[in-house]
Amino acid sequence: MNDTLDKIVADYRDNGGNVISLLQETQEAFGYIPREAVDYFSAQLGIAPSRFYGVATFYSQFRLNPTGKNKIIACCGTACHVRGAERILSGIKRELSLAEEEETTQDKEFTVEKVACLGFCSFAPVVLINGEVHGKTNADPILKEIRKLKNK
Amino acid sequence: MGPAGIAAGGKHVLESFKEALSGTGITASLKENCSSHQVGCLGLCARDVLVEIHQGGTKTVYQYVKADMVRRIVDEHLVGGTPVKEWLVDGAYDAFYKKQVKVVLSDVGRIDPEEISAYEAVGGYEAAKEVLHSWYPEEVIEEIKMSGIRGRGGAGFPTGLKWELGRKAPGETKYIVCNADEGDPGAFMDRAVIEGNAHAVIEGMIIGAYALCAHHGYVYIRAEYPLAVERLKRAISQATAKGYLGKKIFGCDFDLEIKIKLGAGAFVCGEETALIASIEGQRGQPRAKPPFPVNKGLWQKPTVINNVETLANIPYIIRRGCAWYASYGTEKSRGTKVFALTGKIKNPGLIEVPMGITLREIIEDIGGGIENGKQLKAVQTGGPSGGCIPANKLDLNVDYESLAKAGSIVGSGGMIVLDEDDCMVNVAKYFVQFTQSESCGKCVPCRVGTKRLLETLERICKGHGRSNDIERLEKLSAGIKATSLCGLGQTAPNPILSTIRYFRDEFEAHIRDKKCPAKVCKGLLTYSISEKKCKACGACLRACPSGAITGEKKTPHKIDQAKCIKCGSCFEVCKFGSVERN
Repeated sequence: MNDTLDKIVADYRDNGGNVISLLQETQEAFGYIPREAVDYFSAQLGIAPSRFYGVATFYSQFRLNPTGKNKIIACCGTACHVRGAERILSGIKRELSLAEEEETTQDKEFTVEKVACLGFCSFAPVVLINGEVHGKTNADPILKEIRKLKNK
Repeated sequence: MGPAGIAAGGKHVLESFKEALSGTGITASLKENCSSHQVGCLGLCARDVLVEIHQGGTKTVYQYVKADMVRRIVDEHLVGGTPVKEWLVDGAYDAFYKKQVKVVLSDVGRIDPEEISAYEAVGGYEAAKEVLHSWYPEEVIEEIKMSGIRGRGGAGFPTGLKWELGRKAPGETKYIVCNADEGDPGAFMDRAVIEGNAHAVIEGMIIGAYALCAHHGYVYIRAEYPLAVERLKRAISQATAKGYLGKKIFGCDFDLEIKIKLGAGAFVCGEETALIASIEGQRGQPRAKPPFPVNKGLWQKPTVINNVETLANIPYIIRRGCAWYASYGTEKSRGTKVFALTGKIKNPGLIEVPMGITLREIIEDIGGGIENGKQLKAVQTGGPSGGCIPANKLDLNVDYESLAKAGSIVGSGGMIVLDEDDCMVNVAKYFVQFTQSESCGKCVPCRVGTKRLLETLERICKGHGRSNDIERLEKLSAGIKATSLCGLGQTAPNPILSTIRYFRDEFEAHIRDKKCPAKVCKGLLTYSISEKKCKACGACLRACPSGAITGEKKTPHKIDQAKCIKCGSCFEVCKFGSVERN
């Protein structure tokens, strides 16, 4: 881990000290922003951890926890909203026993994310399951797909 | 192959064509004449995958193409010479394009977006070359001013004037920034332009940089658009290799480098000063203006920020002249505008229309009307900063002034069509939910105000509305608009105000009668099963996640209201229409 972090620190110094780029690189390497990474950056660069967390929590791209094995992204853009995206999302969350604010199941099998718009508006409503686009859909086929993954 | 085309399997279709063309034993001469290549978004996304076949001067278009259909198209059409009739597009296809005028999108969907030579073959980079070789920067600014083009990101500030201010701003180092942080939900115009013709954006930036005398450019683009980022990177490296970017571009004494900055997901970063903070690596929070970015922007240097669509228009304006561009549109809103037409419309997709076209022409002629024979209720434009135009104002002209007068905005170009099944209070709540969660938190009116607006709307939708709620919403909205620091807060109440203005009766039904006329708001609905219609098939019983439905074979099912969570699952699965919402 330290080699990767050292490289990120070096890049940070090279590119004029851009915290967003540093966090983006970190997330690309680990899939999320580990606490140890922030502590390491803080010690190496003499910058308070709050600076990193301040930026990381401001932008929706950054996550402070690892994601589950399967990633489900429910689009809640306007076109999807008027075609029942909420019903699909709450159905998915119920199926996976996730509370409204929770994203990842306790067994780390699934992460469910809600995004503002994926741009597939003419296929609304849209759900991405592990990168595959399911468009013009409703709760039923999506839940079937999820049950298939559960049984794997 | 735009995002929708890829979603619909465009890549598989392209692969199948390559395979089928090479594997049929077609003679060498046919092979030379036959090439399959990918293009950007063709527009009519609802019928993806669309495949155009050009032979001699004729064009044939297939719709809903799937990989397994390719072999037959190749065998019968390309080899045999007879098109596969039943797969061709119908009349709606021509109607979709008839009233459109393509300027920015003229090469999108026509050329391979990954090859600079394809753009050059249709006249690409000629405008930049000519400008750098034989125009004075002032002449460029004058030309853009005369064209009348206004910022396509939403606010509609005259582009030529912005460039003039940038040119006159004192300072050695200046920046030109392309704002590709398209954050409106329900909008994908900028993405389509970059994915379909990134070179036009770069050429626009070159011309702009020359006019401003800026040697550094940034494209601030959402990380959520991986394909657009990839195509932009490729386009920049191709342009650099050709000497169109870098040192002494086009052999002139002018340097320009363009860098890409990935946004990290924050709607507020579409605001200029927040965008600048984000490029600098900080939290994307806006600051008070003045000083305006044009005087003190990126790293305190003069900075001009233009939207993707605005920049992509520039090469076409220079090539064909400001008079040609200004011949489209209305007196104050010149040229064309790209819209993402979505929602309850028959033919959703990406369209480009002359400013001043009526909403009716867009909805009925281009979009083909409302799907499933439903009634149009409203058209939402401008996303979370805009408003709803009711069905009885369909003859409104789509331009900056007319839309503003009607309580909405042109915005960046999202156009969402709503029908009788949509609840306007719910739509207003949806947008406030969005702006509330995207509020950066710096100023109180926006941070606290949007939260209070949302709480009030949530209360109304749950059936706990109070008699003076409408007045409270209006008063609070006026305060937020007047006192917020940036455009996000200043426009956040617009969706509420415009829905109250045109759909006050729906608000009143929610508040006074505790009813949702469109039957959307959960808290105001009860689900029941009609004994007469129920076939006791058990579908709803199996679908109910809360075990609220009971029933045996051959006896009509019942819903236990105490257990019902109003998720609507039973309503969705019932094939006999026996589940009723009231």
